[in-house]
Amino acid sequence: MSDIDAHLVLRRGEFVLDATFQTPARGITALFGPSGCGKSTLLHCIAGLEPAVRGTLRVNDELWQDSELHVFVPAHRRRVGYVFQDAGMLAHLSVRGNLEYGMRRARRARSGPAFAQTVEWAGIGPLLGRRVQGLSGGERSRVAMACALLTDPVMLLMDEPLAALDARSRAEMLPYLERLHSELSIPVLYVSHAIDEVARLADHLISLEPGRVVACGALREMLTRLDLPFARSDEAAAILDAVVTGYDEQFQLALLAFPGGRLAIPQRRLPAGTAVRVRILARDVSLSLAHHHDTSILNIFPARVLDITEDRPAQAVVRLDAAGAVFLARVTRRSVHSLGLKPDAEIYAQIKSVALLR
Amino acid sequence: MNALAIDFTPVWLTLRLALTSTAILLIIGTPVAWWLARTSSFCKLPVESIVALPLVLPPTVLGFYLLIALAPTGPLGRVWHAISGGSLAFSFSGLVIGSVLYSLPFVVQPLQNAFEAIGERPLKVAAMLGAGPVDRFFTVALPLARRGLVTAITLGFAHTVGEFGVVLMIGGNIPGKTQVLSISIYDHVEALEYGRAHVLSAGLLAFSFLVLFVVHLTNRRLQARGL
Repeated sequence: MSDIDAHLVLRRGEFVLDATFQTPARGITALFGPSGCGKSTLLHCIAGLEPAVRGTLRVNDELWQDSELHVFVPAHRRRVGYVFQDAGMLAHLSVRGNLEYGMRRARRARSGPAFAQTVEWAGIGPLLGRRVQGLSGGERSRVAMACALLTDPVMLLMDEPLAALDARSRAEMLPYLERLHSELSIPVLYVSHAIDEVARLADHLISLEPGRVVACGALREMLTRLDLPFARSDEAAAILDAVVTGYDEQFQLALLAFPGGRLAIPQRRLPAGTAVRVRILARDVSLSLAHHHDTSILNIFPARVLDITEDRPAQAVVRLDAAGAVFLARVTRRSVHSLGLKPDAEIYAQIKSVALLR
Repeated sequence: MNALAIDFTPVWLTLRLALTSTAILLIIGTPVAWWLARTSSFCKLPVESIVALPLVLPPTVLGFYLLIALAPTGPLGRVWHAISGGSLAFSFSGLVIGSVLYSLPFVVQPLQNAFEAIGERPLKVAAMLGAGPVDRFFTVALPLARRGLVTAITLGFAHTVGEFGVVLMIGGNIPGKTQVLSISIYDHVEALEYGRAHVLSAGLLAFSFLVLFVVHLTNRRLQARGL
């Protein structure tokens, strides 16, 4: 039962946030939704920074809030690491002062090596003596992240850590976030309104509309559910996990294997065995009844139609299953009819392009 | 007697009064300012108005009511007599009470402004770093309000040094006991001892200038360091 289980209600004037969700207490869970839908407010509620919130919140079998039982664990006892949207820090302390502030108040006294390791990890060694005001956007984010990690948190909450950064700092930060994902054993709740960021980083997804949670679940499943807006958008895509199996020296293609077949993608050489995440846009997938060999398309594999939604006057989205890997194809309604596509139809999916996310 | 032979007792008495009052003002004023800066209670406006009263009331009015309250038959005087057996009116303790009330806005207002300027964010940051409410107050709110604190201390101190009306009403003019600097200057002028009045006045002028100068300098230094 290591889950995060929340039913939280907050009234603030006209705005009502009524959020019910459940997500595993491991990996990165993205809180995704348009600006102003209450993502940051929900994160505040989870952190205990919103005293007016009602409802229940349970994290890893620990009851953090239950309004009926008058349980409300104060923010500083919840031991969550929080990276604020503007990477907020204590302005009267140096970078080192900020790092030590949280470390000294941690549950377990953290050892010197933990400090050195985190500083090294975030690449902020040269900044330790600086005042926090003088830091660039990217430096600030990394220091804020290191601060949060040094508190020895049971959970990490990140409020759009990339939103305030320019494109370059953002590109610099992403690898740190990915490493966070692979090296950290605690759950991360990550607020974002950029779906590409979510696709790249998250394992689970909580989708918000103004004031409420629309759906929550595993990222792959959520992105391909035909009843949710993700699969119907122009950027609709499926996320697949694959493993590098080799490299085509002659044509410089990385060879990947996933449960439903093989993929060859233009890529620099990656060590065999590397786990990668790829994205296949629905509009880059075409369908045919036969396996064509006389085509420029490299990646073709058999799949079975799961379901179809004719969401636009001329177009439809087809959800496909290739030995457990679920992905989407954006086709015309005419094609659906001329190919006779219906659930359980066996077809071949031709993938025009595959993006390597990480 | 030399025309400039001056009894400096009022100077020491004034300094002692100002130091004592400032210390008490900080102890009372800081929590009041903190509360005013953060509360949304309907009591906020009335309390703010009461704290600001000495700014607009003539010192004689405040002094008059204080005199009544501090008199042996007055509410404060009676309690004090029951506790200590002494009298508040025309005593040093009485002067301290008067000074604290009279200078309260000069301490509370700069502190309240400074606390308000900090905003919620640093306190939330500190909470997320594991600091409880009291911890946050001492390690975040006070250091961030440093400039307001410096201003409050100086204004509280300087204003007590310079007060006249309230002291005259409740302290009388007892040399060595309640005769403070401003009253001493008044006495010298009354007695046409302009030389002595000059020395004390010029001293007070120089002192006041120096205090304000140092405050502004300190604040600029703190500002340069981003505080």
